[in-house]
Amino acid sequence: MIRRQQPLSERLEARGISRRSFLKFCTTTASLLALSPALAPRIAEALESPRRPSVIWLSFQECTGCSESILRAGAPSIESLIFEAISLDYHETLQAAAGHQAEAAREQAMAENAGGYILVVDGSVPLGNAGFSTVAGQSNLDTLKAAAAGAAAIICMGTCSAFGGIPYANPNPTGAVPVSEIITDKPIVNVPGCPPIPAVMTSVIAHYITFGTLPELDHLGRPKVFYGQNIHDRCYRRPFYERGQFAETFDDEGAKAGWCLYKLGCKGPTTYNACAVLKWNDGTSFPIEAGHGCLGCSEPNFWDGGSFYKPLSQGTEIGGKTLIAAGVAGIAGGVAAGVANRAKQKTLRAPKPEAKKEDKA
Amino acid sequence: MSLLDFARGPALEWAAVVFMVGMLWRIGGLTLMLRNKVLSKDRTPEPWKGGLRTMFTRFSPAPVFRRKVAFQYIAGWVWHLGFVLVVFFFQLHIQFFKGIVGFGWPALPNGMIVAMGAVSLAVLITLLIRRMLNPVLRMISSFDDYASTVITALPFATGLMAFAHIGLAYETMLALHFLSVALLLVWFPFSKLFHVFTVLPSRYALGVKFWRKGVKV
Repeated sequence: MIRRQQPLSERLEARGISRRSFLKFCTTTASLLALSPALAPRIAEALESPRRPSVIWLSFQECTGCSESILRAGAPSIESLIFEAISLDYHETLQAAAGHQAEAAREQAMAENAGGYILVVDGSVPLGNAGFSTVAGQSNLDTLKAAAAGAAAIICMGTCSAFGGIPYANPNPTGAVPVSEIITDKPIVNVPGCPPIPAVMTSVIAHYITFGTLPELDHLGRPKVFYGQNIHDRCYRRPFYERGQFAETFDDEGAKAGWCLYKLGCKGPTTYNACAVLKWNDGTSFPIEAGHGCLGCSEPNFWDGGSFYKPLSQGTEIGGKTLIAAGVAGIAGGVAAGVANRAKQKTLRAPKPEAKKEDKA
Repeated sequence: MSLLDFARGPALEWAAVVFMVGMLWRIGGLTLMLRNKVLSKDRTPEPWKGGLRTMFTRFSPAPVFRRKVAFQYIAGWVWHLGFVLVVFFFQLHIQFFKGIVGFGWPALPNGMIVAMGAVSLAVLITLLIRRMLNPVLRMISSFDDYASTVITALPFATGLMAFAHIGLAYETMLALHFLSVALLLVWFPFSKLFHVFTVLPSRYALGVKFWRKGVKV
């Protein structure tokens, strides 16, 4: 990436974004991070700083959805400003350079900013055959280890790098693992989601740029401010759940009336994310609002948790066939026990030989 | 694998297998047992009538003991009725059964189910405390009685907490609810809870015996 030396104000103007909009973005970021609004100017100051932290973005086994999400490819927004505040030195999809030049740029950035750059990773890392996923002839594992060695912190963008994602799904043919299973000596923040919400991604980066630290994390390494509450608790359909009003199909009257999607497999009650609050597409809506249940994409192993359309109140493995087999086994055992018991009863009831002798006498 | 995945998956599956095997094993074994031969002449004809009558007359207390056992009977009725309605007529439980048998049935309103669940749980706890405090009940109670009461109460407590989002996180409460159900399923066939299946046949057998001997049932 070419580092622009243009002042931010000019860059904003060139993009048609007013200073008011920029400050609004800073205030929103502060509020998203549960910070005092008084810190908004500090965020603005940090983002405007001519010293832009180096960011190296590595993509492994992923679909580029996370990059698409942060870029809002269809409608570039103020969140994309974050790219003005950082020096994105390596991103396979975005960078102009290609081939050896691109790799050289990465190595140069790593050398120049050793110990100080942010490493962003999307995609899981295959530990099986190294050839499953390579970039410039180097395995993902080697690339990650080399880049992580000089990183100040690692941000795992998306569920694949945070928890393994779809490549990690059973039977995990590539031996995929999340970054945290390989790198254990660096601060890691997980920003899961398939993809994560753009504002969450940019806010985490903004937090690091402003304070030089990572936000407070939960037990899964996710920023608490965004992943502290489940979607169900913030869902506008929650009152219907309380009242027991559920859509039975995606096109019935209940669905049209906006009733709860629990019976259609919504995983909102067990999924921690900010979708119901921040929403997508400039706050237009989120999956549940669009009429589809939450898939639970920001939770580990959501891909192996049974059908997306199976309600949480149903077992994932219990089935009629298993129970019939168990029933047959039970009947067989019962008959065997009954027959054995009858034989024992008959033995006990049979007159003893001594008693017969006495009778004869 | 998360606790919820374990609870919804292998825990519930294996518990159901143990339940099915245990129930049918015991039912089969009991059904095939030899019965005592009747050695005396029936004092009243058609003893099956006595059996059938006894199956249902015992749902209400005998007049002579009515005052003494009224609380026990009423509490028992409330508890058992609440249990059946909550287990089989709560929407999300019907979903659970639908996942197994492939079809559902009409549900009762959530508010009614929550109220019945809370009352049933309160009654069950009251009966447990009574069992612990009453000297006679304490004397005739075994570990099975206490364990069966607690194990039956656990799904109610965890279910209410999960639904109302009380206590731990929803997914944890839901997992504990599934696990408590799994425990109930495993305990059921081998404990006094098995009375669900033996109560009517045993009443029938007792009624027949009494009828034969000329006892009014």
